[in-house]
Amino acid sequence: MKKLTMLIAMLTLMLLSGCSMTPWVKPYERANLSDPIMNFNRDPVSSAYMHHVFETREGARGAGITSGGGCGCN
Amino acid sequence: MKISLLVWLCLLSFCLSSVQAAVLPEDRADALYHSYDGGGVEISGPSILVRKSFGESFSASVNQYTDNVTSASIDVLVSASKYTEERDESSIGLDYLRNKTTMSLNLSNSVESDFDAETVSLSISQDMFGDLTTVSMGFSQGDNVVGRNGDDSFSEQADSRSYRLGLSQIMSKNLIMSLALETITDEGYLNNPYRSVRFFDASTPAQYSFQPEVYPGTRTSTAVALRGRYFLAHRAALNAGVRQFTDNWGIDATTLELGYTWPYQENWIFETSIRYYQQDRADFYSDLFPFQNAQNFLARDKELSTFTSLTVGFGLSYELDNSGWEFFRRGSLNFHLDNIQFDYDDFRDLTEAGSVGEEPLYSFDANVIRAFASVWF
Repeated sequence: MKKLTMLIAMLTLMLLSGCSMTPWVKPYERANLSDPIMNFNRDPVSSAYMHHVFETREGARGAGITSGGGCGCN
Repeated sequence: MKISLLVWLCLLSFCLSSVQAAVLPEDRADALYHSYDGGGVEISGPSILVRKSFGESFSASVNQYTDNVTSASIDVLVSASKYTEERDESSIGLDYLRNKTTMSLNLSNSVESDFDAETVSLSISQDMFGDLTTVSMGFSQGDNVVGRNGDDSFSEQADSRSYRLGLSQIMSKNLIMSLALETITDEGYLNNPYRSVRFFDASTPAQYSFQPEVYPGTRTSTAVALRGRYFLAHRAALNAGVRQFTDNWGIDATTLELGYTWPYQENWIFETSIRYYQQDRADFYSDLFPFQNAQNFLARDKELSTFTSLTVGFGLSYELDNSGWEFFRRGSLNFHLDNIQFDYDDFRDLTEAGSVGEEPLYSFDANVIRAFASVWF
């Protein structure tokens, strides 16, 4: 119980500091980040297709960028 | 209890104090031609995506996707005959933006001759900490009906649920990272209704026979992925990612990704990427069982075997300048080619000669093409 209280207190402190924080990367410093080449999913229709290609041929799935159904078996 | 109340009040204050709005996805249309050719399987078709915003708060999307399949895969060659079929998938989506919160709904329907899938997805994302951080949550439910061609009386249900958590974080002026966690649960008929496993059978000339595979009726998997993109000084981007996967069928998998994107002159963008994937087999997978009904669950699906795949990709985009277009702001023409090499460690090629259980291990490579045009309006 004591550990849980400490954990909540630490989380609260983190969030309180977050409430009053100023971003360490200011909006006017984000030109590079807003460049299209920095987009994780620049062309959704294209990346969704590659995601489907891998998911239908591999045992692993999830933690990607798309959803949807279909078997794609054999 | 008072402390935890403070936590919630703090979170609430974030939501209420949101004054700088996030943005909806851009209005755009994409027409994609895709092609997969490898291992005796050819799949190609179009995918059309249109996304349009309404007012300042809503954005709707429509996607129509088709697979035209011609399959003479190793499974088909061993126990069936070459076939063709078509899969059509339609999906619609709606995004609602309110201050820094985006809520999304997506409905998807996929139809093929022996598999119907309907999926509903909900997600919510919130920008916070001065828009340095985006937290997202998502849930999907899929209802699938599995059929078997040539057997109208065969109909089985398979349902899935997906739970997603995401965190995107601006680390510096040049680095953004994302963390994704997804748990998926399946329940129902999870087999392939056509596939068989083989077992040692000394009474036959080949020394083996086949029986239908039997899968568990449930599956739960968890995947966690960490990805990053770094902006290089000469206007190029380096991206890297790692994903770890595990499920209660005994499959553990690791995915590593590395990519490099670099613009050239005014209109060109080049991309190159490499992806390595490795998985261990499911507990109930075997290329050759010692006898019939050797265990409760039986699989000889190469996707459940131990294997690696290596993908090397190259892409180029040409940005079209707006030369007096009335309806479009800009456009692009794109071409991507990926080569995937699959090498199986315990799945044998039964089309090749060899003593039973000693046939050559199977491997193949596939070429994947994406050619598409995009316009923004």
